[in-house]
Amino acid sequence: MIDIKNISKKFNTAEGTVEALKNVSISIPEGDIFGIIGMSGAGKSTLVRCINMLERPDAGSIEIDGVNLCELSESKLRSVRRDITMIFQGFNLLMQRNCLKNVCFPLELAGKSKSEAKKRALELLDTVGLGDKAKAYPAQLSGGQQQRVAIARALATNPKVLLCDEATSALDPTTTNSILELIRSINEKLGITVIIITHQMSVVESICKHVAILDNGEVAEQGEVTEVFSHPKSLAARKLVFPEGSTDSLIVGGSGERFVRVIFNGAGATGSPLIARMAVEKGIEANIAYASTKSIGGKAYGSMLLGISGDDADVNTAVEYLTQTPDVLAEEVTVHV
Amino acid sequence: MFNDLFSKETLSEAWRIIEAEFPTAIWETVYVTVLATAFSILIGLPLGVLLVVGEKNGILPLPSWLLHTLNVVINLLRSVPFLILMILVFPLTRLIVGTVVGTTASIVPLVIAAFPFVARLTESSLREVSPNTVEMAQSMGASPIQIIVKVMIPESVPSLISNATIAITTILGYSAMSGIIGGGGLGKIAINYGYYRYKYLIMIAAVILLIILVQIFQSVGTRLAAKADKRIKKKSI
Ligand SMILES: Nc1ncnc2c1ncn2[C@@H]1O[C@H](COP(=O)(O)OP(=O)(O)OP(=O)(O)O)[C@@H](O)[C@H]1O
Ligand SMILES: [Mg+2]
Repeated sequence: MIDIKNISKKFNTAEGTVEALKNVSISIPEGDIFGIIGMSGAGKSTLVRCINMLERPDAGSIEIDGVNLCELSESKLRSVRRDITMIFQGFNLLMQRNCLKNVCFPLELAGKSKSEAKKRALELLDTVGLGDKAKAYPAQLSGGQQQRVAIARALATNPKVLLCDEATSALDPTTTNSILELIRSINEKLGITVIIITHQMSVVESICKHVAILDNGEVAEQGEVTEVFSHPKSLAARKLVFPEGSTDSLIVGGSGERFVRVIFNGAGATGSPLIARMAVEKGIEANIAYASTKSIGGKAYGSMLLGISGDDADVNTAVEYLTQTPDVLAEEVTVHV
Repeated sequence: MFNDLFSKETLSEAWRIIEAEFPTAIWETVYVTVLATAFSILIGLPLGVLLVVGEKNGILPLPSWLLHTLNVVINLLRSVPFLILMILVFPLTRLIVGTVVGTTASIVPLVIAAFPFVARLTESSLREVSPNTVEMAQSMGASPIQIIVKVMIPESVPSLISNATIAITTILGYSAMSGIIGGGGLGKIAINYGYYRYKYLIMIAAVILLIILVQIFQSVGTRLAAKADKRIKKKSI
């Protein structure tokens, strides 16, 4: 269990003070895969660097299994950091060491014997599927392979927490998926808590259970991924979930129309077919004034605004019909044109 | 002046001198250069490390007055012309070697002149190590000493070798200059015969040998640096 409480971090730069983190509180359950997502400059890297105290927060506390890291001395922190390891966007392998020696690195730091380190490193390279690359140098590997070596290295000291700062941002989609798959299987097998920092929705969608949305140094929203992504409440969340269209600008139809907001919360059916069916079955013509839905894992999430020209009865029938569909909510709304 | 440069007598006289004096001179030059480089690295490398890690945002920040002093001393020593520096360090040379003339004595001013240079070269090599790599080591719980010994220095080995090559060739040039005030080696021969006795052939021969030595040091250094660098892609593993 990681408890981040009210942390703040300011940087003094030539241009003035940057408040990178403002009163951030997040709690991360043990064994979870937790996503932290936000736009560039939102403070994600700063937050993750606070979690392993590479950056000391100005205020607040970070507790891991009840130990407040902010109170530890620099030398205590060094041993705690073996429990909170990290992988990076740029892999950050030691370029002058071969893969085996790279994985041995944290073990050397921890004072393990050479033979012990080598044995463990070979096991780990096998785990990440690179048993045959032990003698290869990082420059001889692809990006995905380098990240696998970095993962093996991060696992060497049997950490409780794995921090991933944009770990897949430098990789193509296929390689990204295979790395995420590896992280998922490590999380399942070893029970390591994984924290994934990213600016990519798809990464959070495909692997995280919980997510926190960071916006301008503040937590805009946090909770279960399906919940946050299907009902984005904050503006920051909506911008991430529906990047193409701002939910504030509506394409409004003819006058005299009444509006029904339809919310898809993991529905099997997507927008248009549902509206078409409604027209056939109930004889109600609806005009899609605005739609922003997204398919996540084959299910529809998002919202739609329907314009219906008719009386109370028509609107009620439509709301009733739509609500009956599993995982769809509908209600009449007033839209100010 | 050059009329009788290639006459039979001058040629045979030059050859006699070359045969008699050059083997020792070459040996002295190599001996002085290698020892002076070794001592310069011994002093300059740790100072170069301090210059990088001791910065305000470095991994082992030094008190700012200390870092400042270090920088000033290095700049100062680097700005004194070598000939003058040699004379200035006479007392130190006498203290260490017992005399101010001779081959061994010339090592002292060479080291004093070269270690600040080596410190700066080391500094630039270590700055090539990506801050991300250092951060990775920190995130794995490495102590500052472990970062220096296991990350910064090993990761910059190819660059350190290239810079050591620059240092050794520069020191070789300085060692020739030390011939003017009593140092031994090819420099002394070039000055004694060429400048004082107008035996230009000897001087030219000495200069050609100095050039060959520089070439040898340089190509060995370049090759070693390339061999040490694992960032260069190789086809087979
Ligand atoms: N060491 C520093 N000194 C000064 N300002 C900093 C420092 N580190 C971060 N900042 C500032 O803090 C803010 C948050 O930076 P951070 O790197 O945490 O963002 P991020 O969310 O990781 O962005 P990205 O997605 O681009 O990596 C930025 O405005 C950045 O300029
Ligand atoms: Mg970042």
